[in-house]
Amino acid sequence: MPPRSSRSVRPPNRSLERAFAGLCLGAALLPVLVLVLLLGNVVIDGIGRLGWDFLTGYSSRVPEHAGILPAIVGSVMLVALTGVFAIPIGIATAIYLEEYGHRGRIATLIEVNIANLAGVPSIIYGLLGLELFVRALGFGRSLLAGALTLALLVAPIVIMASREALRTVPLALREAGFALGATQWSVIRKIVLPMALPGILTGSILAVSRAIGEAAPLVLLGAATAMNFLPDGLLAPFTALPIQIFNWTSRPQAGFAEAAAAAIIVLMLTLLVLNGFAIVLRNRVQRRIRR
Amino acid sequence: MAGRKRTVGTTRRERYIRDALLACASLSIITTFAILVILAVETVAFFSEVPLSRFLFDDEWTPLFADAHFGIWPLVAGTLLTSAIALVVAVPFGLLSAVYLGEFAPPRVRGILKPTLELLAGVPTIVYGYFALVVMTPMLQGFVPGLAGLNALSPGIVMGVMIVPLITSLSEDAIEAVPDSLREGAYALGAGRLATIFRVVLPTALSGIAASIVLAVSRAIGETMIVAIAAGQEPRLTLDPRVPIETMTTFMVQVGLGDAPTGSLGYRTLFVVGASLFAMTFVANIFSQRLARRFRER
Amino acid sequence: MVPSTRPTEVRVRTPFVLWSALLVLPACGRGSSDVVAVDGSSTVFPISEAVAEEFAREHRTRVTVGTSGTGGGFKKFCHGEIAITGASRPIKSEEVEMCKAGKVEYIELPVAYDGLAVVVHPDNTWVDHMTVAELAKLWAPEAQDKIERWSDIRPGWPNEEIHLFGAGVDSGTYDYFTEAVVGKEHASRGDYTSSEDDNVLVHGIASDKLALGFFGYAYFHENKDKLKLVPIDDGKADNGAGPIAPSPQTVGDGTYQPLSRPVFVYVSKAATDKPDVAAFVDFYLAKAPTLVPEVGYIPLPDAAYELVRTRFAGKTTGSAFEGGSKVGVTIEDLLRAG
Repeated sequence: MPPRSSRSVRPPNRSLERAFAGLCLGAALLPVLVLVLLLGNVVIDGIGRLGWDFLTGYSSRVPEHAGILPAIVGSVMLVALTGVFAIPIGIATAIYLEEYGHRGRIATLIEVNIANLAGVPSIIYGLLGLELFVRALGFGRSLLAGALTLALLVAPIVIMASREALRTVPLALREAGFALGATQWSVIRKIVLPMALPGILTGSILAVSRAIGEAAPLVLLGAATAMNFLPDGLLAPFTALPIQIFNWTSRPQAGFAEAAAAAIIVLMLTLLVLNGFAIVLRNRVQRRIRR
Repeated sequence: MAGRKRTVGTTRRERYIRDALLACASLSIITTFAILVILAVETVAFFSEVPLSRFLFDDEWTPLFADAHFGIWPLVAGTLLTSAIALVVAVPFGLLSAVYLGEFAPPRVRGILKPTLELLAGVPTIVYGYFALVVMTPMLQGFVPGLAGLNALSPGIVMGVMIVPLITSLSEDAIEAVPDSLREGAYALGAGRLATIFRVVLPTALSGIAASIVLAVSRAIGETMIVAIAAGQEPRLTLDPRVPIETMTTFMVQVGLGDAPTGSLGYRTLFVVGASLFAMTFVANIFSQRLARRFRER
Repeated sequence: MVPSTRPTEVRVRTPFVLWSALLVLPACGRGSSDVVAVDGSSTVFPISEAVAEEFAREHRTRVTVGTSGTGGGFKKFCHGEIAITGASRPIKSEEVEMCKAGKVEYIELPVAYDGLAVVVHPDNTWVDHMTVAELAKLWAPEAQDKIERWSDIRPGWPNEEIHLFGAGVDSGTYDYFTEAVVGKEHASRGDYTSSEDDNVLVHGIASDKLALGFFGYAYFHENKDKLKLVPIDDGKADNGAGPIAPSPQTVGDGTYQPLSRPVFVYVSKAATDKPDVAAFVDFYLAKAPTLVPEVGYIPLPDAAYELVRTRFAGKTTGSAFEGGSKVGVTIEDLLRAG
């Protein structure tokens, strides 16, 4: 696509370019600065509390004895399950919308629908999960209900990111595939999807990040805030790190504020590990595709 | 790929696959339907007790007080104020970061900076909320006169920071995907980097950028914990970012996890506010859809 | 331009699938159904958590404690989904109806007192006590836009703005405060800084010389070096004359009135047939006198606990509070009557 207007382009202004690049770098670094400030604060408050007892203990009324084992296990299992539900469904929806359902009225409706769902506050998903998964479908206040609820919450992110990723694959490639006699699904599976994979992974990362930080909808549908055992099955009760953090920050004893800070560190580390895996994957795939 | 033979069975398989994909896509419609049903049942019950005129024309929101007022606008004002502040922060920073990552950053820097920015999206919103309350507000009180302990400015800014990765990641993917051949064509015509970026790369990547902004708007409007902790619980019809306000989402969480007996009028307001929020997001999304399509067609 | 698809596909998909399977595998299988499920008010939560913690030392029973709020807890309770719910206020008539519809019979068990402390900034030198009448004047709905300065409450106090802090309007604390002070539930002015999180209120008052607020006694106790307590005079000579400050003593013996409220635990009668549930509640009522003070609340007098235990043993259903808070009546009287 050639430059839009027909008037001649001005010769490049190198110093302006450098200034602009500097501005963009500054824009990228400022949020990072905020992140460092925030995490720095948290680490200072909580690092003293981090220890083996903290990581393997259960919650307690005595701040110094409180631990986060059920919360970590719950969060990890919850997020993994959420990913298992949300990511395939999200990708499948995106594929349908992009590859099969072009431009139609239904596709547009679904498109607006999904953008809308992305903006529904998480507490509504909690109410939906409570009525649908906990009560109507009878899963009870379980990991399964929690994961399904969070999957509904984050699916729109996966869908929107995947759609954009699919859109970046040039039409010419698809047509080349068809011209060679491949079926639509073959083209998707072997040409389009691999190329769109980096963007799909981006969406999955953002979705998982969102899921791991949610507390209110889970509490609403009956997640525990304290439990003295580990979830041992899909239908078992569960708790999660953000729930524990939320509870501790509202307690009067000062020791709980430290425990909350330490729990936040653990949560961020868990997130780093989960994200890191997907990011390494994405970088490797992207390097292969870069023209 | 070229060697695969097409057989009769493949056509049926293709159809199955397509139907399976359609089924997945319709899950989103079913979800919306379910949400609408849940909201509608209680909303209708609410409006059988409180006339729509009071809802739209009263200027106070005090549904849980003995002397109850049900005017929705104070909550709407709170939501719009915090979301606007968030977007004013997120869109410029997000887009400029995306341009940096996609156009200027060396691969190694990009490999570190992009994941770091994505980490911003993963900080639990509770943590952001307390950060806004305990760190950002006191900091801002240093140079914003009259800034209250609970206000719209601080959570708005922090929300903006949280949303930056949404815009950056998706926009950057779109920018990355612009074929180099287009850039090279522009350079060949004598354009500099800035001209290429603004006249070639960004317009091509517009679809992805627009999608990221739509997502950002939705996220800002629907954000709950940051505003619940740092913006206050005083519904107030104002555009002053320095005073405590209440957003629609804060109210929902307050009632959802609070004391009101389920089934009471006070509890029903939760659903009414949810329905209003849903309607607001819907209108915003249709509007941005139309806008994006007009851009694309040009 | 087209990448070699097979290798990427396989190399990307397989590890992802394997790792996910590894994480999810432990989750396959059915969960346990023999859990004692407690939910409800986040105010009562610390007590229930403490009891569950001690219970786990001696029993192998699995206990979960949630915090979906007094209202949310009652809904789950009346649907038969949980056995025990904590409440920072007595059961309301709508909830009584809901339980009747869900065929759930409840046993109402008061378990502790929560004193509401009225606090000001330590540099506030002019307040040495307040009367209930003054508090009512300050917090009544009519006070909005009218009572704005300290001198409006009591002549002689400084002509400075008063900055109010209080509980969020959808909390049991707020309900009780308005009932006790203003005389009508949910009736108060609206222009005060409110928060569900009492720590936010502590923070706000501790940094404002002109502030006044109320919250649970435990939050004052943990922050007493940053706050100043205001003794309250309820004008009734028969339960302690003059202004009285909240303390474990005065709340427990009923002299700090009217700002002492009971908090409850409701148990489903049908659930008490399960030995785990019955054992847990017995343990709860046995250990309450020691555990309640540890988490910052005030235990009921021993005589009251005896009455509560009898109530549970006899599986007496129904509420002694007729769907609303009762201010100024002792627990013992209510339990004996109800």
